[in-house]
Amino acid sequence: MRDVAIIGIGMTDFGELWNDSLRDLFVKAALEAMDDAGVDHIDGLVAGCMSPGLFAGQEHIGSLLADYLGQAPIPGVRVESACASGGMALRTGIAYVASGMHDVVLCGGVEKMTDVSGAQATYALATAADQDAEAFHGATFPGLYALMATAHMHTYGTKREDLAQVAVKNHDNGMLNPHAQYRMKITVDQVINSVKVADPLNILDCSPITDGAAAVIICPLEMAKKLKKKPLVKITGSAHATDTIALHQRADMTWLKSTADAAASAYKQAGVKPSQIDFAEVHDCFTIAEICVLEALGVVKKGQGGKATREGLTARDGKFPVNPSGGLKSKGHPVGATGIAQIHEIVTQLRGDAGKRQLKGVKRGLAQNMGGSGGSAVVHILEVL
Amino acid sequence: MVGIVGYGAYIPRYRIKVEEIAKVWGADAPSYKKGLMLREKSVPGPDQDVITIAVEAARNAMKRAGISGEKVGAIYVGSESHPYAVKPSGTAVAEVIGAVNDCHCADLSFACKAGSEGMFLAYGLVKSGEVEYAFGIGADTSQGAPGDALEYSAAAGGAAFLMGTKNVVATLDCQYSYMSDTPDFWRREYMHYPRHAGRFTGDMAYFKHVRGGVEGLLKKAGAKPKDFKYIVFHQPNGKFPVRMAKDLGFSDDQVKTGLLVPTLGNTYSGASPLGLSAILDEAKPGDAILMCSFGSGAGSDGFIFTATKALPKVQGRAKKTRDYLDTNPFYLDYGTYVKFRRKIRKNVED
Repeated sequence: MRDVAIIGIGMTDFGELWNDSLRDLFVKAALEAMDDAGVDHIDGLVAGCMSPGLFAGQEHIGSLLADYLGQAPIPGVRVESACASGGMALRTGIAYVASGMHDVVLCGGVEKMTDVSGAQATYALATAADQDAEAFHGATFPGLYALMATAHMHTYGTKREDLAQVAVKNHDNGMLNPHAQYRMKITVDQVINSVKVADPLNILDCSPITDGAAAVIICPLEMAKKLKKKPLVKITGSAHATDTIALHQRADMTWLKSTADAAASAYKQAGVKPSQIDFAEVHDCFTIAEICVLEALGVVKKGQGGKATREGLTARDGKFPVNPSGGLKSKGHPVGATGIAQIHEIVTQLRGDAGKRQLKGVKRGLAQNMGGSGGSAVVHILEVL
Repeated sequence: MVGIVGYGAYIPRYRIKVEEIAKVWGADAPSYKKGLMLREKSVPGPDQDVITIAVEAARNAMKRAGISGEKVGAIYVGSESHPYAVKPSGTAVAEVIGAVNDCHCADLSFACKAGSEGMFLAYGLVKSGEVEYAFGIGADTSQGAPGDALEYSAAAGGAAFLMGTKNVVATLDCQYSYMSDTPDFWRREYMHYPRHAGRFTGDMAYFKHVRGGVEGLLKKAGAKPKDFKYIVFHQPNGKFPVRMAKDLGFSDDQVKTGLLVPTLGNTYSGASPLGLSAILDEAKPGDAILMCSFGSGAGSDGFIFTATKALPKVQGRAKKTRDYLDTNPFYLDYGTYVKFRRKIRKNVED
């Protein structure tokens, strides 16, 4: 298997982008990534997108996007793993390049979510839950994550304020990200007093509905070395794991086993321990998710995610910064694009291009992208050479 | 000089508070009040509709103008809630005020700017010399689907403006309209309630078109925001017009007199016309007034008026807008509200 490097990144602004369609968004991000990489041709395209059919009435987007990018007849495919579709797109592209099937591959993610009503968006997102056991009975993701939050608070004494602090911290970061959807400061009080969505989660505990796209260009490391254009970022770990997609079928509702399994595999591939990771972009679709992810990644012990957040471990100036981009909460969550946008942020940080939100001295970053309530997880580890 | 020779408002006395609606739907009243910058809204009584509201407003305008109905050569009633799909509201209004038979009459629709369209047409006809006096009336008993955000704001009321050339109380100095095909809010045939595209109705519809209307109007007139004593925009909620005014460089002082929505709600076609009538109740000779309506679909009509020396003489001849709004309210519970709004299904013979 060949080593793989990231040589180009691009993303659109995240937000309610009324003037851009799904294909517009993807092409904008993809062209930026190709410009950044200095390539005018790609050998293959993998697009992560959760539900173009329900959000935009459009399937068959692998070909559509390759065509609108001016790259047909290259092979183009869409991959789907709910909100982890972006991470899956990168992992699929890595398989192409590492195996020698293709050399230069564009791995992108896109979701156009605001052309449907809030109720339709909720329905589309809920298709990532177990239809028979969850969605059919009315469960939605805010409700499922609220159950996780309640269980975590009950079992480990996690406080309501700890959940809120995740959102406060991520908004503090997102304020400095020009691509972020919600670039405003919020306080713990505002989170706790915002509109109730599913107890104990309020609106400011939830990531928003977002339009956006992101793309990266990957190629064999040896090919990348010849370009020597920008600091080289190598993918040292790429792992994917699955779990029950129904929350109640797990032995422990607070334990994200798919994330733990994927992380263990990624650490092994990279030959590192959690303590050797400098920072992470994680899937904070709801505030409780970030707390549970910290534990599943082995950054803190089980049950300690809330306390660690409260004590500032994950702040931008903490020992283990999490979501310097603003995370899904502040930056926005166009579901299929999220996994690639995480990679965009890690590469930006590793290159030292993150401006005011630049983390000091970071060499190795981890991205954790998750589908549904944890039925799938993709973990990548990137290192700057 | 062409302008307004008489103006009049009408607002039903019935009100319902945001809390009363939120209670029924299990919604968070404080967040609606904060988000919409609106506390309560007017509700039409069981015997009130667009025709009765338009008649009351037109009568008040005629009291101020001091003219009789037969002199009115045109009547345009703009609304989203004409009582009939086929048969005009304006003919009934013309009959009541004695404007028949020598009169041109039409009902207008363009979502919430149907009222200002009538004002524009009336102004044009008088300016051309085709008629001596013409009415532009905006009135609505607005629809909002139960449980929808619109239910908290959709209100009832209207205002009438009689255009003419003699004894003008406010000259109409400049007019500009701005439009595009933007599907932000609509109601098709047989639909009880309008649908809307959420926040798309903000940036891409309201803000784009009010900005376009105001900037075009200022450019056409060679005017600047500071030239005006009063401004009034369409007011679907409290937040939109206040933010728009700030973005365009107007001050809160210029906005406050015409901002009725916090206790009135959104009277759709009546909204910016009622704001203008509230301003005319207060304005002094020489005061410049800028009005810009907005209608979904989407477009805006902008007007610049200047109050004349004749205005103070007519202000007290009819009930003022704020008097309708601020005095003698009758608060409804939700059950009575839905009865008044005919939302309860009864047997056909009832």
